[in-house]
Amino acid sequence: MEPQIPVVNPPEPPAPRLCVKIFGVGTAGGVMLEQIIAGDFAGAEFVLVSTDAPATAINASVKMIPLETKLLRGLGTGGDPERGRKAAEENYQTLKEVCAGAAVVFIVAGLGGGAGTGISPVLARAARESGALALAFVTLPFDCEGNRRQQQARQGLEQLRAAADGVICLPNQKVFRLIDENVSLLDTFHTTTQFLMEGARGVWRLLMHRGLIEIHFDELSALLRDRRGESCFAAVEAAGTTRARDALEKLLAHPLLDDGQAFKEADGVVVSLMGGPDLTMADVNRVMEQVNQQCQRAQVIMGAAVHESFRDRLAVTVIAMRRRNDQHPPDSKDAAVAETSAEDLETRLLDKQATARPASRFVPPAPALTPEQREQLLSRQAGGRGRKSSSRLRQTSLPLEIVNKGRFDKTEPTVHKGEDLDVPTYIRRGVALN
Amino acid sequence: MFDSSSILIGLEIGTSKVCAVVGEINAEGALNIVGLGQARSRGVRKGEIVDAAAVEEDVRHAIAEAEQMADVEIRSVYLGVTGGHIRGFNNRGVHPVVSADREISEEDVQDVIKNAKAINLPAENSVLHAIRQHFLIDGHADVTNPVGMLGARLEVDVHVVHGHLNRLQNAIRVVKGMQLEVDEVVFNGLASSLALLSNEQKELGALVIDIGGGTTDYAVYADGVIKHTGVLAVGGDHVSNDLAYGLKVPLSRAEQLKLQHGAAHVDDSVRGQTLTLTSELGLPLKSINCEHLRRIMVLRLEEIFQLIGQDLEQAGLLDYLRAGVFLCGGGARIPNLAQLAEQVLQLPVCIGRTNSVSGLKSALDQPEFATAIGLVKFASFKSRKRESRAPWTHGIKGALSRLLSRS
Repeated sequence: MEPQIPVVNPPEPPAPRLCVKIFGVGTAGGVMLEQIIAGDFAGAEFVLVSTDAPATAINASVKMIPLETKLLRGLGTGGDPERGRKAAEENYQTLKEVCAGAAVVFIVAGLGGGAGTGISPVLARAARESGALALAFVTLPFDCEGNRRQQQARQGLEQLRAAADGVICLPNQKVFRLIDENVSLLDTFHTTTQFLMEGARGVWRLLMHRGLIEIHFDELSALLRDRRGESCFAAVEAAGTTRARDALEKLLAHPLLDDGQAFKEADGVVVSLMGGPDLTMADVNRVMEQVNQQCQRAQVIMGAAVHESFRDRLAVTVIAMRRRNDQHPPDSKDAAVAETSAEDLETRLLDKQATARPASRFVPPAPALTPEQREQLLSRQAGGRGRKSSSRLRQTSLPLEIVNKGRFDKTEPTVHKGEDLDVPTYIRRGVALN
Repeated sequence: MFDSSSILIGLEIGTSKVCAVVGEINAEGALNIVGLGQARSRGVRKGEIVDAAAVEEDVRHAIAEAEQMADVEIRSVYLGVTGGHIRGFNNRGVHPVVSADREISEEDVQDVIKNAKAINLPAENSVLHAIRQHFLIDGHADVTNPVGMLGARLEVDVHVVHGHLNRLQNAIRVVKGMQLEVDEVVFNGLASSLALLSNEQKELGALVIDIGGGTTDYAVYADGVIKHTGVLAVGGDHVSNDLAYGLKVPLSRAEQLKLQHGAAHVDDSVRGQTLTLTSELGLPLKSINCEHLRRIMVLRLEEIFQLIGQDLEQAGLLDYLRAGVFLCGGGARIPNLAQLAEQVLQLPVCIGRTNSVSGLKSALDQPEFATAIGLVKFASFKSRKRESRAPWTHGIKGALSRLLSRS
């Protein structure tokens, strides 16, 4: 049975309307790409970007781009994102050429290692420059993978957010809570990949399947382009007569959306519904009504599509985006680069993770800087001058910074909820006097 | 010469000053302030004694001044205490009425109050006050005087203020060491609220914040009874210390800057302004940014109100303060403090005045003497009670003597 085509729709070629290229980056990206190819992504072009020489073609349909440089000497990145980045920068032109012609570029990678973390931001930049919409689907490492990997992943994520139009990030640790204790390691990774793929598939469906209610590509791009934010997503499926209600229930209780909390914070939401030919407007309405109610602040874009294989089923994919308030859309490429490196610097020195730790009391809030200020900061850092900023940055790594308490030095400290009230308030609150 | 029984003395050993106030109950039974003595305090930090010898000397000065002014000899005092260790909470005592006709007798009332005071406290803590709030008969609330009423179960709510025994004893010992009697020990926050609030304001609900040198004491009245008390061991000293630290000046200079240029708001007139500090020879030493000075002060003072606000919100009392907030203590002199408190607490705020007593105008108008005047007022309540209800006093005396004898 043919999907219903709205009458007003101009006749279009049956082939995919958009050229979508899916990039797997790094080892994890390769594995994920393999699963994606096995999944239902007909019409996309697959590209594998890797630094590992022995990673042979996994599938005939995959285009390989080995990033071989002298720097790596055929040994891969060795878990160093900086090497990955350098390799990618050297092959920047190649990446750009591959991206050329695509309307949408999906970047699939696992952050934390060398290749995925280092290459993805560069690739995203290349894709954007060649005129494509760059969407990244990445995983963050498990907590047990160690601090360093986490930190690298975070840095990579920040850079990616600065470079790509949209980043959909799946912290593996969140998945860890969803799965059974007895699930094998292999299956765990498989699950995370599945999750990520669902997200990618949701976007894919939005773009590729013509539907009852269509999402225009430019609409989606507009929503994504100026957001450059963090997104979270959830994909649920339900069957039977009560499918709309079931799907909704599952959605609002979805752990990846923090039990519906993500909706409340979102300011851009994409909802994709996929059903069989029996999908009714009432179903669509039921789902959308709730979603709209949940996220009143947000700009909601919805799409509904029908496919024969979804008879009696309903799949709902939701991507919720939150604007990052400390982001400034860079006007030029230079600004983008400066921003990336400044973020890099900030994350490294400030150690974002430590900021989140309640124990360290003297952490000044991450300064919201304009790109010019960032550059200033950078140049001052490079000159080795600027005692003030460096001392402030150093405080973050010393949670037990000793502030001379003056006349209260020898008295019993006045501690209120873990805060020593004898220490001047302006220091505890990180108010800068200058 | 006055009749010695009608002379009441309140002594406050504060962080910034030691202050003795002499009150006299005149023939009509009204309280009149007749003398005041004060001395700079040197041996107190955050409301607690750290140097007993210095405190003794200061107390001696203050008492001598008060004696001279009022022309009396001071033998015994009502002593005000504070400190971060003092806590207040509400407790309920229960007593079954056993008499055959279920009529509540005076003994039942005494028993239920005794039960309410039997509180499980750490061994080193001691009850400072147990103030009756309301009686309940068979769960029926808001009974003021249950004697003669019928019921099966009598309950009473009390507000208990307790503190660390040894630290309370420190102050008592210093005073006793000077051949002075301590009639009673009173929590400063309670005393201040007695001095400032009229019965009507207590009925409406009011918060009294006493910003002293070393501590900020606060007390909440609602429905005519005390509902909540608390001490925050942060006060004017902290403001000075913050300034000394932030502006990099000596503490004495910071204190001076606070008094001369401090305010609880940052306005446009100070933006970009600088002050030049000069040495005793008139040479410029250092220039101070006025905006920083104000900002440091505002942050600290804001925090004090925020912490109090949080505490009251937790106690669920913020909505009961219909009469508003009254500020006293030396800190209340900071310009624009009331506006700042209004912003933080979202309640009407004003500087409290001791209206309910007559006497020395110079003493009554100063917010920093509220505590000492309140001590005298407390004393007047106690002496009135002693006259009217002689059997009553042994209960209070007993509690007090227990406190005093446990040294």
